[in-house]
Amino acid sequence: MAVVFKKTKGLTDAQTHYCPGCTHGIVHRLVGEVLEELGVLDKAIGVAPVGCSVLAYKYFNCDMHEAAHGRAPAVATGIKRVRPDNFVFTYQGDGDLASIGTAEIVHAAHRGEKISTIFINNAIYGMTGGQMAPTTLVGQKATTAPNGRDEAHCGKPIKMSELLATIDGAKFVERVTVTTPANVRKAKKAIKECFKLQLEGKGFGIVEVLSTCPTNWGYTPQEALKWLEENMIPYYPLGNFRKPEEVE
Amino acid sequence: MAKVLMKGNEAIGAAAMEAGCKYFFGYPITPQSELPEYMSRELPKAGGIFLQAESELAAINMVYGAAGSGVRVMTSSSSPGISLKQEGISYIAGAELPCLIVNIMRGGPGLGSIQPSQTDYFQATRGGGNGDYRLVVLAPANVQELVDLIIEGFDIADQYRNPVMILGDGMIGQMMEPVEFKAPKKRELPEKDWATTGTGGKRKPNIINSLYLQPEDLEEHNIRLQQKYNDIKKNEIKVESYNLEEADVVIAAYGTTSRIAKTAISQLEKEGYKVGLIRPITLWPYPYDEFEKINDNCKGILTVEMNSGQMLDDVKIAVKGKYPVYFHSRTGGMIPTPNEIIEKVKKIYGGEI
Ligand SMILES: Cc1ncc(C[n+]2csc(CCOP(=O)(O)OP(=O)(O)O)c2C)c(N)n1
Ligand code: SF4
Ligand SMILES: [Mg+2]
Repeated sequence: MAVVFKKTKGLTDAQTHYCPGCTHGIVHRLVGEVLEELGVLDKAIGVAPVGCSVLAYKYFNCDMHEAAHGRAPAVATGIKRVRPDNFVFTYQGDGDLASIGTAEIVHAAHRGEKISTIFINNAIYGMTGGQMAPTTLVGQKATTAPNGRDEAHCGKPIKMSELLATIDGAKFVERVTVTTPANVRKAKKAIKECFKLQLEGKGFGIVEVLSTCPTNWGYTPQEALKWLEENMIPYYPLGNFRKPEEVE
Repeated sequence: MAKVLMKGNEAIGAAAMEAGCKYFFGYPITPQSELPEYMSRELPKAGGIFLQAESELAAINMVYGAAGSGVRVMTSSSSPGISLKQEGISYIAGAELPCLIVNIMRGGPGLGSIQPSQTDYFQATRGGGNGDYRLVVLAPANVQELVDLIIEGFDIADQYRNPVMILGDGMIGQMMEPVEFKAPKKRELPEKDWATTGTGGKRKPNIINSLYLQPEDLEEHNIRLQQKYNDIKKNEIKVESYNLEEADVVIAAYGTTSRIAKTAISQLEKEGYKVGLIRPITLWPYPYDEFEKINDNCKGILTVEMNSGQMLDDVKIAVKGKYPVYFHSRTGGMIPTPNEIIEKVKKIYGGEI
């Protein structure tokens, strides 16, 4: 019988703990597939964040290092500087990367660390139960913004890809989503390009993935995908913000 | 090897390189900046990496990553910077990784001053970061001992898979003394087969982690950590003591303060007083048992520190109420003088305090 689909070697057999319909799972699969297809599983070292993906160290089928909340880019820097021939990536949420770890991601990019970052923007603190993130949309309700985010009180959501694209050391910055099969394919292509950039020694790369948190948004998985498309994409436009000149 | 004259802060760097440390992550702060400056000059020549991080938070987390990757790595700072490093130190201790952390203490709290102090004794020996963990804390009193403890510190860290802290003060960092680089005692050091190096397709993935979601698992991890700490207590205590059998008064002091105490003791001896000394070299594990050697007729213990009484607690634990414990302190970057100590000892002798 012809095999039309099989699980990637990039993921372990462990059952994930993600909620049904959460897009963390899709992104894990894409990252696993790209690691496998690029043939770097044997030399990959991943850094897991604090957030819903804290257990990512059990899911990626390569050496893994669990970091403190927001510090994954610093941990990855330590690893990459010591082992420049290994492939080093971080996987981080929006509370992790865009709030508590803003300094670490900005400076890893600014130094042009040859690491790759997968950034899961679900506009909420998923793991801790739906508190407001710096990425929560204006008007979007969160457990610490019960009436919805108020711009006068806490500003507009931060656009990390746009911000990082202003930094010279960031050589690849792209925002994608995984709401449709076509978007999933585009997301995988971006992750692959981003990872290749590290293998070519060109500098820092990041792929921001607009993601859903059906549980804390209070939607079904389908509703959540729809809400993402109607509300997040208009504010966080998809597309590439930076590519190395050679790739352009 | 011939002796060379070196400033404390630079000697730390040279000793670390002698011990095979090729990686340094740090952030500038007085009074230890000569060390990162030295490393930025010397490490690249030796094929190593010096990296100035964006903050102490980042620096210690870079150390966390590098230590997880299986290399000898260090960072250094002074008090406020060490406060920022506590998060990473707790993770490193929890994940059981070896590394060396240098704290060249200055006055506090807050921004405090840039003058020498010993105000981070509690932070170093009682945790500082969250959780039930211990650092091996080494307190050198001169530049030679500083060099010896740095070199041995890396071995201790590797042997027990535990972070080691060198606790010095601004004086030792700035002081110039002749030093010699000697090999430490031989230890059986375990293979770092747990390190993240990439599987190479030859083994299961290695995971560096301090998270144990199941309470049973975390309890087991904590019990194992305590067993390791007990081994360290059994094997690694270092202390210098003097005249405990005869002394009427015993001074307890560590680091540079112990040198001032020694000057006071020799002056007092010339005047006919019998004074002893206990100088802990490991602040954790603490040499409690050494105090058992003090003779029964001793009138009291005088603890001398450049803080408001931190090691004082350990001295009280050690003497178990057997002797009165007195205290002399200067803080804020002020340094106790031999004369102040001499006067205090004479008062204890005369029953005036
Ligand atoms: C220093 C520290 N502060 C706070 C927390 C609690 N905490 C755990 S996860 C989290 C938010 C994670 O949100 P995000 O990064 O967006 O990831 P998500 O769960 O949404 O994927 C917080 C605040 C922590 N573990 N450590
Ligand atoms: S809480 Fe949200 S982000 Fe976390 S696993 Fe569930 S759906 Fe996903
Ligand atoms: Mg989130």
